[in-house]
Amino acid sequence: MIVVKNLKKSFGEIKAVNGVSFEARDGEITGLLGPNGAGKTTTLRMLYSLLPPDEGEIRIDGMDPTQDAMEIKRTLGVVPDNRGLYTRLSARENISYYGELHGMSKQAIDHRIKELNRTLNMEDFIDRRTEGFSQGQRVKVAIARAMIHKPQTVLMDEPSNGLDVMSTRALREYILGLKADGHSVVLSTHIMQEVAALCDRIVIIAKGKVAADGSADELMERSACDSLEDAFVKLIGSEEGLLA
Amino acid sequence: MNGLSTVFRKEVRENLRDRRALFNSLLLGPLLFPVLFVGMMWFLESAERERAEKTLELPVVGAHYAPRLIRFLEQHGTVIQPEPENPEEMVRNQKVPVAIRILPEFAENWEQGVPAPIEVILDASRQESNVPIRRVKRLLLGYGQQIGSLRLQLRGVAPQLASPIMLRDVDLSTPKSRAILAVIFLPYVLMITAFTGATHLAMDTTAGEKERKSLEPLLINPVPRWQIMTGKMLTTTVFALASLALTLVSFRIVLPFMPVGAFGMDLTLGLETLMKILVVVSPVAILAAALLTLLASFAKSYREAQSYMGLVILIPMIPSLIFMANPVKAESWMMNVPLFSQNMLIGEFIRDQPVPLAWYALSIASTMAIGLALAVVAANLYNKPKLIFGSS
Repeated sequence: MIVVKNLKKSFGEIKAVNGVSFEARDGEITGLLGPNGAGKTTTLRMLYSLLPPDEGEIRIDGMDPTQDAMEIKRTLGVVPDNRGLYTRLSARENISYYGELHGMSKQAIDHRIKELNRTLNMEDFIDRRTEGFSQGQRVKVAIARAMIHKPQTVLMDEPSNGLDVMSTRALREYILGLKADGHSVVLSTHIMQEVAALCDRIVIIAKGKVAADGSADELMERSACDSLEDAFVKLIGSEEGLLA
Repeated sequence: MNGLSTVFRKEVRENLRDRRALFNSLLLGPLLFPVLFVGMMWFLESAERERAEKTLELPVVGAHYAPRLIRFLEQHGTVIQPEPENPEEMVRNQKVPVAIRILPEFAENWEQGVPAPIEVILDASRQESNVPIRRVKRLLLGYGQQIGSLRLQLRGVAPQLASPIMLRDVDLSTPKSRAILAVIFLPYVLMITAFTGATHLAMDTTAGEKERKSLEPLLINPVPRWQIMTGKMLTTTVFALASLALTLVSFRIVLPFMPVGAFGMDLTLGLETLMKILVVVSPVAILAAALLTLLASFAKSYREAQSYMGLVILIPMIPSLIFMANPVKAESWMMNVPLFSQNMLIGEFIRDQPVPLAWYALSIASTMAIGLALAVVAANLYNKPKLIFGSS
């Protein structure tokens, strides 16, 4: 469970995040939706304690990233936008590296990789070096790497970027599975269909602020629009960034 | 400390699979430098020998003023070439390395017993002409001495009277200690190897990781950042050490093939000498790893890091070049100066001189102290978010 209150962060003159508040509950998928440069990535970076906030409060399962960074990192699984795999290591080695960094034993890692291998369907490439992997294969490895330690909270930055239809469907299924298992999942994205198909709660961020917050139906109702896309445009008050 | 060793093991494994890392750290220094140096010595030596043994062809202006001198030169193997029109031009255009001009007053002065003038036409800026020039001068002076002695004898004076002093060298150098003459460059090569061995790793593990976007996810793991950085620096140090050790082994194999001519040098690097060298150079590997990691951490990409490295490689060169250009006697205070102390100590080891234990201690301690201080700075660098994201 994540609770964010009035989060602010500036880089020099630029106010990247200027008062963001939202909640992401366990067993729910929360979508951070917004145009490029709206402050989604900066917000995520503050959540996983790589950036200290200038103002505001973050609580992840009751812990504060500025105080208990190490503890929070243990309960977080992060799939970053740039997957950042090591191309000279095999998929398995990439995944076990993170397991070891989490202090897991070799047996625990092996056991867990076997599980992930099954759910994410990685048999064909698990022992190949990640050099030249397709986007779909890379996302799977990045997810497996983030989930190796069974984190309660999962943060995903643009998880379906560059995926084909089949991989996207598989990814959605996997994310719904996480929800069913009671994880708290936060997606950052700018793809409407994804939000509509997955998210229980949508937080629309624009210009560093929360423009609207609620379920897809609530947002359409509030803006008196028939589609989420129209609602989105109306709620952020411009058409900027939609082409991205 | 678990995180540290995990990072270390992963970096070693990853970089052992990287052809660029292997080439830069384990092949370039160890193979290239020894072969390059010995090859160069071979080349120089054989070119020198060729010049010394080649028939001396000498254009002479005014040969008819001194027919006996010409005969003397011919008896000593010189081929006298016909009188050139413009000997200066020939030397300037490198048609010949050297020419002589016997001046018209030569014969008259000769008769009167006044020094008779001969001009040696040469271009001192052409190193390759040194040997023929020396040969010509030696022949001319030899002839002069011979005639001088004869003149004294004719006047009933013992020629020895004209040489009141006799010098005799008592050379205390040994075949071992003379070896330093041939391997004066060894400290230089080793200092550079410590740095080249570390360069690629230092860049790849920091700037490279940032460029590939794997730094951010790595730092989300529950491992203190200083441990991650230290694991990386440890890998870099180990590669630099391996580079050094391999270079030493390779020198041990190659050095006996050095053409050292008649100097009578003992160029075998004994195992003990090798170990001693490795012990005093090892702290340099730590220093290099820390310094290079520190610098590369500021770069956003491998390429940007590379642009800093050109300058850094000058650092190990400076003390070595000073040492080569101006060999000084080793003294205690010098042991406090990193890079310089290693130069001095390696010199002493090769000359097989006893070295006080305190010198080892000082050299190792001073270099380690600076290396570790830099490492502490580098280890905490990624606590600054600016340096983690750099590119965005």
